[in-house]
Amino acid sequence: MSESKKWKKINKSVKERPKVQEYRNWKELSPIPISLPIEGNMGITGDWRTFRPIIKEGCNKCGICWIYCPEGVIKRKEDGSFEINLTYCKGCGICAKECPTNNIEMVRESDIKDD
Amino acid sequence: MTEVQNDFIQKRESIIIKGNVAAAYAAKSARVQVISAYPITPQTTVVEKLSEFVDNGLMPGTQYIKMESEHSVFAAVVGASKAGTRTFTATSGQGIFYAHEMIHWAAGARLPIVVSIASRGPAPPWNIWADFTDVISQRDTGWMNCFCSEHQEIYDEILMSYKVCEDHDILLPKFVSYGGFILSHTSKPVILEDQDLVDKFLPPLPSEEGWPHIWMDPKRPMMFGNLIMPSSFYYEFRLKIHDANMRAKEKIKKVAKEFEKIFGRNYGNGLIQEYEMDNANVGVIIYGDLALQMEQAVEDLRGEGYKVGMVKLRHFRPFPTENLIEAAKKVKLLGVIDRATAFGSQTGGPVSCEVKAALHETKGTATVLPIINGLGGREVTLEQQKDQLLKLVKYNETGELPKDMIHGTLWDGLLEIE
Repeated sequence: MSESKKWKKINKSVKERPKVQEYRNWKELSPIPISLPIEGNMGITGDWRTFRPIIKEGCNKCGICWIYCPEGVIKRKEDGSFEINLTYCKGCGICAKECPTNNIEMVRESDIKDD
Repeated sequence: MTEVQNDFIQKRESIIIKGNVAAAYAAKSARVQVISAYPITPQTTVVEKLSEFVDNGLMPGTQYIKMESEHSVFAAVVGASKAGTRTFTATSGQGIFYAHEMIHWAAGARLPIVVSIASRGPAPPWNIWADFTDVISQRDTGWMNCFCSEHQEIYDEILMSYKVCEDHDILLPKFVSYGGFILSHTSKPVILEDQDLVDKFLPPLPSEEGWPHIWMDPKRPMMFGNLIMPSSFYYEFRLKIHDANMRAKEKIKKVAKEFEKIFGRNYGNGLIQEYEMDNANVGVIIYGDLALQMEQAVEDLRGEGYKVGMVKLRHFRPFPTENLIEAAKKVKLLGVIDRATAFGSQTGGPVSCEVKAALHETKGTATVLPIINGLGGREVTLEQQKDQLLKLVKYNETGELPKDMIHGTLWDGLLEIE
């Protein structure tokens, strides 16, 4: 299948999309520079982090951090509490700033001993 | 042209309009969906006419966006094109320079935008008249670029351009340029084609296959033009822009052929148009409005027994290297006439530089004599063009260079006040 036909198909429905956006050479590239929203498409962005957000005891599960997280790395667990995916969290600190109960602390990565 | 085609053409009505109005009618015939506009002389009447069409309900469904600058105009068409629509705008001179950032963006994002350019000289000194330096200065952006030499060609070329740009294997934006005032503000008869016929040639969007390029849709989220690391595919995406430009040559030829079949008007092979080049000793390569007058000059001198010919360069990007080499094999001396400047380059003229580079290393091609004329709308008369041809004939016969050569280039028609 030619490159343009393949991309026409991908373009038509979400179902036709590849699970991982991978190219081996320039001929396989999409015709225009785009990224499909696939987990970790920008790489392991957790590497960029200087400060790590830590949710302390006493979270009231309001979900404001989950709404504000620009990277979508805060997940709601089954019991309604939240956890942060540190593989992709860039450590921007927006969650800590927005938390109405000041329950998220930004800790310098070098100060965290055991990982 | 065959007799059948002549009959076919004569049956259709033409109206007498300005070049800018022809561009506006072309956008209407192409059923563009989004027009963004900001006025700049000598382009203004293109978007004025289009606003009139939209206001009078002649372009149903078309969005007309008034912007506050050319940069925003191009940003608007980039956005609209990404949303999947057929988009159009027009600009000139300083406007192009101001929009330069978004011009790069449109090509990088591979959006099939068509923009008509009423070319004008860059300032200072302030100038609003014909000079192709403005559009040629966008040479390395990845946009395709073509020159029109008459009013009908502006209308026709815009229709052809959409067809080339929207091809899923090409996906590039394109400038359709013509000399400011000389074409933009003079009137000539133009055949406006039946909408049914135009729709057959250039189907309105979306076609049955869907939109022609990857478009924004909240149901299928994706990220456009995001950051790409040096170790990733940035380099390869750049190669793809060049590759698309090179492949566009075949598409341009194909579309020109198809256009001739439907509408009966011939534009050479689409990339260049030869005139009296067979059996000529001396030829010129010329583009834009001056090419039309040069045809007359060639015809006149042929009448006097001089073996001269000309090549009208229709496309500057993609550059028709192969066709120009073929043409340069037919003659011994080739004058390359620029109405534009490339300061500090080998010849001072952008097209003559390109032609020299194209012919380099190919044996049996003509010697090139670079000529510059008509900058900033300076009038170039028929007599002056005949004189240019005669200078070339003399150089070819005697080996004697014209006496007013400056840095290896003939700057023709410089003022000499006594």
